[in-house]
Amino acid sequence: MNLEVMIDSIPRLLDGALVTIQLVALALAIGIVLAVPFAVMRVSRRWWLSGPVYGYVFFFRGTPLLVQIFLVYYGLSQFEAVRQGLLWPLLREPYWCAIIAFSLNTAAYTTEIIRGGILGVPHGEIEAARALGMSKFLLYRRIVLPGAFRLALPAYGNEIIFMLKGSALASTITLLDLTGVARTIIARTYMPIELFAMAGIIYLILTFFIVQAIRAAEHRLSPQTRPPPS
Amino acid sequence: MRRITLGLVGALALTLAVAGLVNPTSAGDKVRIGTEGAYPPFNLIDESGELKGFDVDIALALCDKMGAECELVAQDWDGIIPALLANKYDAIIASMSITDERKKSVDFTDKYYSNLVRYVAPKGSGLDTSSVGLAGKSIGAQRATVAASYLEDNLADVVSIKLYDTQENANLDLGNGRLDAMLADGLVIYDWLKTDEGAGFDFVGEGLSLDDGIGIAVRKEDTALRDNLNQALAAILADGTYEKINAKYFPFSIY
Repeated sequence: MNLEVMIDSIPRLLDGALVTIQLVALALAIGIVLAVPFAVMRVSRRWWLSGPVYGYVFFFRGTPLLVQIFLVYYGLSQFEAVRQGLLWPLLREPYWCAIIAFSLNTAAYTTEIIRGGILGVPHGEIEAARALGMSKFLLYRRIVLPGAFRLALPAYGNEIIFMLKGSALASTITLLDLTGVARTIIARTYMPIELFAMAGIIYLILTFFIVQAIRAAEHRLSPQTRPPPS
Repeated sequence: MRRITLGLVGALALTLAVAGLVNPTSAGDKVRIGTEGAYPPFNLIDESGELKGFDVDIALALCDKMGAECELVAQDWDGIIPALLANKYDAIIASMSITDERKKSVDFTDKYYSNLVRYVAPKGSGLDTSSVGLAGKSIGAQRATVAASYLEDNLADVVSIKLYDTQENANLDLGNGRLDAMLADGLVIYDWLKTDEGAGFDFVGEGLSLDDGIGIAVRKEDTALRDNLNQALAAILADGTYEKINAKYFPFSIY
């Protein structure tokens, strides 16, 4: 173990960690915005609402994230029409290709997580809301979705951590995320153990904060499990 | 806070303990040769999954001369020296440039071919390869190569450097217009320019000599293997085997 190399690498690794955090945060934000309507569509009894979402989720859960990144980054750019298209300034950049692949991937998993939450909302609550004459929209906004989020939170915490680790694949499309920086330093020092150990520690620290944040959110969303204020 | 600190110290200790388990196993009589398999025409994996190419032919010819049983191992480029040091194989025959930086970690045989690193850009781009002409351009290279080191050491503040896992991926991105130019091994590009994909591109500027030729890397302590390889290399150069292999790939001598 070469401690000097490990310590010297910290500033550059932290730069990489910043890119990782940006990628994951943005992908998760886009992912959840997509996943909520998708989950509502997915539980619909109308096949033309649930079917397309089913197909989308099936594809993105059924193929490796690496394949999805390569399809977006190297695959789309093979087509002349894409390169001449309006979206090329975006698709040209590895950063946005990673965001697109990560967002679509996490949205697929999150759709299923929220669907599980929606199905877990007690039937009695829904019947009570209907008895009060709530519209379908109000029913979802007031009763179903808040209950679904609470139920989905532990599983969603897992998804955040998976996304953090999956983001290491951004290094395969020239991005200098935490893993990309580690690999670039290894290319000059030939010290993979030292660099990957440091990168691993930074990933652990990031995961630690994610776990704390999820725990805090669970606490906030579950007032019924807290002792009553005295 | 104390609990957090203890947790992190524990995590660190665990990481280091696991890292310590990566223990080199001793090699048998067989000579295991590492190569990349994504660097045509020097080394590539063909449709049937076999390793092929100039490096592979040279490796087999050397093994034949040494009377040794050889096993070829494919390994991703950016881990190719670490894997040699971790005893996953005994020699690297993968078009590796002999550089002082690499000599700190491994030993090299004599060179088995020579090579210049060159810029390649779309035909008619008129790219000026001085640091002024390259300012603001996106330049690609394969990670962990002399070309990548050159860009990082000389042009890091001027150009946007894109590093790829394989040369093939860099070629793809030059082909689809994400890169303004690429810095790469001239012989590899010579071969690529002849493909449909590379048809619209050409060399620009002068070649750069960034190494002392292309050699075979071995671990520093394996001096006997290095000497045997050098002898075998001299033998295939003398008896015309090298020339025959050379002619299979290039119409001019690359030694």
